[in-house]
Amino acid sequence: MSYHKITITINGVTDRVDVPSHMTLLQMLREKLALTGTKNGCAAGECGACTVLWNGEPVNSCMVLAVECDGAQIITVEGLAHDHQLDPIQEAIIAAGGVQCGFCIPGMLISARALLDRNPDPSDYEIRDALVGNLCRCTGYLRLIEAVKEAARRGEAEAAPA
Amino acid sequence: MAKIKERKNGKNGREEKVPELIGQSVPRVDAHEKVTGAAIFTDDLQFGPRLLHARILRSPHPHALIKRIDVSKASALSGVKAVVTGEDTPGYIGLYLQDRHIFCRGRARYVGDPVAGVAAVDEETAERALALIEVEYEPLPPVFDPEYGASPKAPLIHPDLGEYKVANFIFPKPETNVSNHFKIRKGDVETAWPRCAAIVERQYRIPHVQHAPIEPHVAVARWDESDRITLWASSQSPFAARNLIAKALGLSQSKIEVIAPYLGGGFGSKAGVSMEALAVVIAKAVKGRPVKLRLTREEEFYTTFVRQGLAAHFKMGCDKDGKLLAMENRYYWDAGAYTEYGVNMTRAGGYSGTGPYDVPNAKVDSLCIYTNHPVGGPMRGFGMPELHAGLEQCIDDLAHAVGMDPVEFRKLNCVREGDIIATGMTMHPIGLSECIEKAAQAIGWGHKAPPSAPASRKRRGKGIAIMWKAPAMPPNAGSSARVSLNEDGTVTVALGGQEIGQGSFTVMAQMAAAALGVPYDWVRIARPLDTQYSPYEWQTVASRLTWSMGNAVVAAARDARQQILDLVAEAWGEDPDDLDIVNGNVVSYKTEESRSLKDIVIYGLPKPNDQGWRGGPVLGRGSFMPTYVTGLDPETGQGPRAVVHYTTGAQAVEVEVDLDTGKVDILRGVSVYDVGRAINPEMVKAQMEGGLVQGISTALFERLKLKEGVVQNPSFVDYRIATSSDAPQHIEAIIVEVPQDDGPWGARGIGEHPMVPTIPAIANALYDAVGIRLDSPPFTAEKVYLAMVDAGIVK
Repeated sequence: MSYHKITITINGVTDRVDVPSHMTLLQMLREKLALTGTKNGCAAGECGACTVLWNGEPVNSCMVLAVECDGAQIITVEGLAHDHQLDPIQEAIIAAGGVQCGFCIPGMLISARALLDRNPDPSDYEIRDALVGNLCRCTGYLRLIEAVKEAARRGEAEAAPA
Repeated sequence: MAKIKERKNGKNGREEKVPELIGQSVPRVDAHEKVTGAAIFTDDLQFGPRLLHARILRSPHPHALIKRIDVSKASALSGVKAVVTGEDTPGYIGLYLQDRHIFCRGRARYVGDPVAGVAAVDEETAERALALIEVEYEPLPPVFDPEYGASPKAPLIHPDLGEYKVANFIFPKPETNVSNHFKIRKGDVETAWPRCAAIVERQYRIPHVQHAPIEPHVAVARWDESDRITLWASSQSPFAARNLIAKALGLSQSKIEVIAPYLGGGFGSKAGVSMEALAVVIAKAVKGRPVKLRLTREEEFYTTFVRQGLAAHFKMGCDKDGKLLAMENRYYWDAGAYTEYGVNMTRAGGYSGTGPYDVPNAKVDSLCIYTNHPVGGPMRGFGMPELHAGLEQCIDDLAHAVGMDPVEFRKLNCVREGDIIATGMTMHPIGLSECIEKAAQAIGWGHKAPPSAPASRKRRGKGIAIMWKAPAMPPNAGSSARVSLNEDGTVTVALGGQEIGQGSFTVMAQMAAAALGVPYDWVRIARPLDTQYSPYEWQTVASRLTWSMGNAVVAAARDARQQILDLVAEAWGEDPDDLDIVNGNVVSYKTEESRSLKDIVIYGLPKPNDQGWRGGPVLGRGSFMPTYVTGLDPETGQGPRAVVHYTTGAQAVEVEVDLDTGKVDILRGVSVYDVGRAINPEMVKAQMEGGLVQGISTALFERLKLKEGVVQNPSFVDYRIATSSDAPQHIEAIIVEVPQDDGPWGARGIGEHPMVPTIPAIANALYDAVGIRLDSPPFTAEKVYLAMVDAGIVK
């Protein structure tokens, strides 16, 4: 088994990490760095629970090898809030009652954040399309979709001149 | 402080008001930690470098004798610490019927049955070791169909059925594959048929489906040198896991500590014991080291509980005015290889087997049949979605046959307060007819909107279905709770029922706060659940926590409250009845004196003139157990009180069918349930929405494809569940409240019920749209299209 030393920035903190060549980004986050907010639901790129931002793009971290992340910027669910201030999408999901068991939520939040970053005013169709890779068995999705719309409205309100 | 104007909690004949917190949609207690990634699930726990990893060797045969197992090569592999087999597990395990060994002994009964387990330094090594285990099988003829399984010519799957230990309300038939047969005999159906103006007779088949929680099953076990066992598990039922594993291993329950962190979805798949015992047995072979068993998604699909399949035969008839006269239903449940819950689901399917209808003559046979399919287990609805699927389509057909509107037919025949239901029990107050009216109104019953394309391309339809479901459990399933207070006046509630997403911790915090008189955000729920510290709770199943555990929590909070009031009354020289706790302060209605709880609940109160102290740390206790459920006659299913209560409701949907493709779109859904009292209305509605979409998923997409006992679609790619693009544009959730006499402020459960009537509501809408009926879900585009071709609707 060969090891590689990579430099990776996770939630704004840059680290040097030794990773075996077959280790996935998900395994590195959860098992090596104990960043367990990102969830393992299938390890096959099917459920979306492990979604993280990889240089701003949402990816299934179970489908990315850790060695591929040398020099990458990673944002996980733990990196969404800043200075104890929740991201608007986190606040909106709480307000909409969009949390039940919570296992899909980290990946769902990341996909929603990625959508809002590239499209601050998404349509209903665009929201559903952006979340289609994040399976949720509890909520029936409507409150999650509503939360993204609400977060978009808050984002617009913040962007608007006072 | 503000002047105290009114007394909040009545006593001594004063009318009791419902506290303001009850009925308020406060935010969930667990929401913040779940959106920040801080919430800990079992797989998130860290065990350090001594953790071992387990993998399971599973039978590739649906039914086979195990002639020989040779583990020597696997044991010799570097990094392997232990290999265990059925040799190590002589005891039987099972909730109602003890019919399985933790690892197979001598016989494998489904593809996936655990044959051997390996503990190694990592998962890869354990997986490599599995390939080195040699097993010699002798295949036996399998059973894949429940009706065939019930026939005398079927091979026996459990030749020792007559020897198994069984609960006294389950009736296995030795020398057959029938693990339970529940019967209802009410009135006389044979004399009723000639009096019927219309009779409908139909058959339906419901396939196995999978729960598919997003969190896979995971268990970590450590067996220490003094034979004390710790089990960390993704479990809905830590106490049941402790009890069943202890019995199977011949240990005292208190030797096992089960710790259950947040659960990432259960839906029944993590109730009782599914895979947790495997980890415990493997851990015994490597004493002192924690052993982790985490199922792969593939294993989730074929080795964890599946929803039982059902072959259902219905016959029902009514008079010329549409009044139901008779119903004769026969249910063959495909229970799979073992029946952790199946035998009791069969019982529930039997006593609720007429659906929510007032039928004077009823004959129901509900049979639990062993097959060589994966193990059948409880899934959201506990048999009710399966039997309502066909039953509610027959009701529509019967209404049409007698020339009545299906809504009017249901309003005429639905069960009402005071009706003698099929088991002989008198129905308690329920709001089912109100649910039907509201569902029909909200969906716009009787009005057809034009389709989104010409009628040659798309057609629309509306459908309705109703349901009932009682908590299915042993008659004496109990709950308990502890309420303690902290130095700062805040409250800790200890309980044993799990937060599986349904919101139990939130409503318990609400109820404790309301009963005690403190703000909601002063209450913390002690977690993770831990059988060593948490008060006993039977199981997190059956939609029973709000009602049962709620009663225990309210009792504990009231106990604590009374202790506080008695103490303060003594100190202030007042009558406790003149005192109250309001917003975290003890107040006197007489003197308007007020004192914060934080000054009282830990350190007590000083006596005057430095003459010592009164009181001490306050600890409230509460427990609840229904004491009134009676047995039922094994031949007739008759008895005074079969169940604690029924939750009832109605659903209506509007669908659009694409004639070119057969695709069914659910445009709108309406869910209306009588929940007795909604403690947290938005969370009740969230259950109604999520359940409806899960129901849509089972109606349109889901089926475990089994071929010779092998699951063909064990992944989320091949086994499709509803995604964000499948949820309807709009779901309207409507709450009806006819209080439950022994529920906390009248509350009943609502967790499972919202997916019970969804399949038939969609089927009835499909019929309304294009006039076809399919005898089995899922109603995939392909099946709908071919049925439309058969019916001559499309060419």
